[in-house]
Amino acid sequence: MKKTTLLFLYGAVLVFAAVACETMLPGTPADDALLDGPIAELTPEQNALFLAGDAAFNNEIFTPATGLGPTFVATSCGSCHAGDGKGHPFTTLTRFGQSDETGNQFMHQGGPQLQNRAISGHTPEQLPKGATFSNFMPPANTGLGLLGALSDEQISANADPNDKDGDGISGVPNWIEPPHFFKSQWYHKPQNGKYIGRFGKKAAAIDLLHQTVNAYKQDMGITSEFDPEDPINYAVSGQAGDLADDPEVSSAKVNAVVFYLRTLKVPVQRTPNDADVVAGKALFMSTDCGKCHTPQWKTPQSDVAVLSNQTLAPYTDLLLHDMGSGLDDGYTEGIAKTAEWRTPPLWGLGLAETAQGGRVFLLHDGRAHSLDEAIRLHGGEATKSRSKYVALTDTDRAKLLKFLDSL
Amino acid sequence: MKHILLLWGLLLMATAQAQTDSTSAFNQLFGRDTTLRTKDQQLKLNMDATYDRPFLTANKMPVSVGGYLEANTQYMQTDGITEGLSFQMRRMTLFLASSINRRIKFLSEIEFEDGTKEINIEFAALDIELHPLVNLRGGIIMNPIGSFNQNHDGPKWEFIDRPLSSITIIPSTWSNVGFGLYGKKYTRDWVWAYEAYLTNGFDDQIIANNQNRTFLPATKANRDRFEESFNGVPLVTLKSAIKRRRIGEIGISWMGGVYNKFQSDGLTLDKRRRVDVWALDFNTTLPMGTYINGELVWASIDVPSTYTQQFGRMQQGGWVDIVQPLVRKRMLGWNKAVVNAALRVERVDYNVGTFAETGDPIRDDIWAIVPGISFRPSPTTVIRGNYRYHWQTDLLGNPPARTAGFQFGFSTYF
Ligand code: HEC
Ligand code: HEC
Repeated sequence: MKKTTLLFLYGAVLVFAAVACETMLPGTPADDALLDGPIAELTPEQNALFLAGDAAFNNEIFTPATGLGPTFVATSCGSCHAGDGKGHPFTTLTRFGQSDETGNQFMHQGGPQLQNRAISGHTPEQLPKGATFSNFMPPANTGLGLLGALSDEQISANADPNDKDGDGISGVPNWIEPPHFFKSQWYHKPQNGKYIGRFGKKAAAIDLLHQTVNAYKQDMGITSEFDPEDPINYAVSGQAGDLADDPEVSSAKVNAVVFYLRTLKVPVQRTPNDADVVAGKALFMSTDCGKCHTPQWKTPQSDVAVLSNQTLAPYTDLLLHDMGSGLDDGYTEGIAKTAEWRTPPLWGLGLAETAQGGRVFLLHDGRAHSLDEAIRLHGGEATKSRSKYVALTDTDRAKLLKFLDSL
Repeated sequence: MKHILLLWGLLLMATAQAQTDSTSAFNQLFGRDTTLRTKDQQLKLNMDATYDRPFLTANKMPVSVGGYLEANTQYMQTDGITEGLSFQMRRMTLFLASSINRRIKFLSEIEFEDGTKEINIEFAALDIELHPLVNLRGGIIMNPIGSFNQNHDGPKWEFIDRPLSSITIIPSTWSNVGFGLYGKKYTRDWVWAYEAYLTNGFDDQIIANNQNRTFLPATKANRDRFEESFNGVPLVTLKSAIKRRRIGEIGISWMGGVYNKFQSDGLTLDKRRRVDVWALDFNTTLPMGTYINGELVWASIDVPSTYTQQFGRMQQGGWVDIVQPLVRKRMLGWNKAVVNAALRVERVDYNVGTFAETGDPIRDDIWAIVPGISFRPSPTTVIRGNYRYHWQTDLLGNPPARTAGFQFGFSTYF
């Protein structure tokens, strides 16, 4: 080839590149393919707060110098909640020491959470002898603001502790002793000084501040003004031995993270109008899944405009259900029984594998490797519903699964 | 961005049109060197790069001043999100050298990075030749690991970004206080060389940093490292390279030491934890004039078993650059102007291993390809345009974040 031709070709390629500029730059993935990102229509002021929370949640990596540990489970919120999606067996954490409603018997041996990792020169915590435990897989963090905006009255309305309607499904709220920094809001309705828990596998966190302060301390060994004590490895000494100045995060940062969690967008359903998905949703309701996985809620007035009067489809009742002996680890929190678990939201379920590394790890400890397996492991109050699911024809079951996958 | 590309493309097309006697010039071109690789350099190794710079010509002795400059603009986008068009003054480096005696030389290299965000003495060493096989070098030296660390001057490269594995696994420019020996043996067509140094080394920031991964460059944040060793154990760096005239050079190198503070005031704090890095570098010019240059690197880090798997115990990476001169002739009034096409393929894996919990591979890796075109009005100056595309996969192996964009810039010695 002649060199002029070559040169001309090169020039032509570049001109083409300039024209094709847009196509040569990776585009935005579809809104329904991602979990992270704010609710649309935040004000500029709210956007700034969201971004500050986003940076603290995803980009702030703790080191021994900034307070990590000395015993910990992970180095940042985002390490466990990557892309705000579900976690992975390597970020699963262990809780131990409470085997009935009377409280945690192992608080003085490091309960309720095991810090199974340690910074150099320190010893990680070991599970104390005789403690029952459960492993918790990190859940997705999307749409939590709307769940947090519901009122206690709305949540208790679905409870049926004595199974009055005789459908085999009771459902009770978890009642939690509030931490000292907790502030009661207009949507709370306490009983005997205890509040309804909404977040976590056992619904042991009353609000997102409660969950966040615990996460900083128990998951990363980070102290805050809300909880200025590092986790202690009692097997080594009664003192934490962390040399970073406390508090290791400011209240401003903790509050920004809470705002970030409140304003993360709701997962967007893909192909909601697909015929199989529509049929699958009908089957989901007819097999009674919807009795726990409540398909629709409406938020009351909230202090954040975008959270007010919103209709949401989280597929959870935020109540505890006895799930049978198969899912009973012998560990619990609050007044929940060991076999009781909070119904997890199902929104975003179809994106689990894009957060969990191409596979799925479902149920509280990630033991189920497919949607089908997760459903078949339902027991206790969900036994009837599971039987109905198992009795479906293969095509109907496929439709129900396709519906779950569209969420 | 679009406009810059368009202009550049049109300019090239015009140049192409303007050329008349194509075949003879074209024939002259291949088999010729295009950048800084001229005939008298046939037996120069990567290790010679420090003293092999245009400002060091005989008539400038005894004290010479020189340097290089690198600046660019870029437009990058990650999954639809862009930070817009930015202009970057990557670095300006000043050289100051003096031949104190025919066999005693001093050279220093002071770098201003990203404006004045970082000011580093990258090199400031005295070389004393006792025998061609035994030279003493002491001061702030560049550890001879791989090829890029010692041979990193911007004007030598057709790419705007430095190779990823050379800056994030090998922390180029990686220089430390220390001393050592080097020497060379020449035959008619061969040259063999060795380098052996003891220097200060790494610290525990390599596994405690805001990158959330094992990251050797994190040590560079320790400003005290030119003053005292973090733990009193020297970092050993060894390199051997061999080059055959008209064929190419191959080098193997290793550096290793202890990175943690295992004791203080005589009290034990931890066991000694090692960091070891191995590199293989090579370059050759094919008969068509195609220049191929590459480096592979492996690092092994003794991360405490009680620490998180987030921090890799093993890392690997590498890059290969292919530079094809397309035109070498008088252009736009420059006598020996050259136009090159270039392609870089590179990869880094920051965490080689499998998850204890699942047995699945731990990812945390990047693949990148960078096609480019460069114009060298003279061998010491390069104007270059790159298109860069890279795929970054997180630890868990979720769908990669894709980043791509255009970069346009120049670099020149002065
Ligand atoms: C070690 C991994 C890990 C880290 C680090 C971590 N989390 Fe979590 N996160 C979990 C697990 C596991 C759960 C379920 C815990 C439970 O049931 O109490 C959870 C639950 C949550 C929930 C409740 C979600 C729901 O649907 O109920 C929120 C909110 C949350 N985390 C926020 C955070 C924030 C904010 C941080 C950083 C300050 C953080 N997490 C750090 C693992 C982690
Ligand atoms: C009695 C209440 C109840 C009923 C009925 C019920 N579920 Fe569940 N579901 C739960 C609870 C509680 C969990 C969490 C159990 C755990 O984590 O161990 C759960 C977990 C799941 C999960 C795993 C979610 C995740 O993120 O890991 C899926 C999927 C699911 N349910 C689907 C269904 C389907 C489909 C049906 C109907 C066939 C159904 N459920 C019926 C209460 C119920």
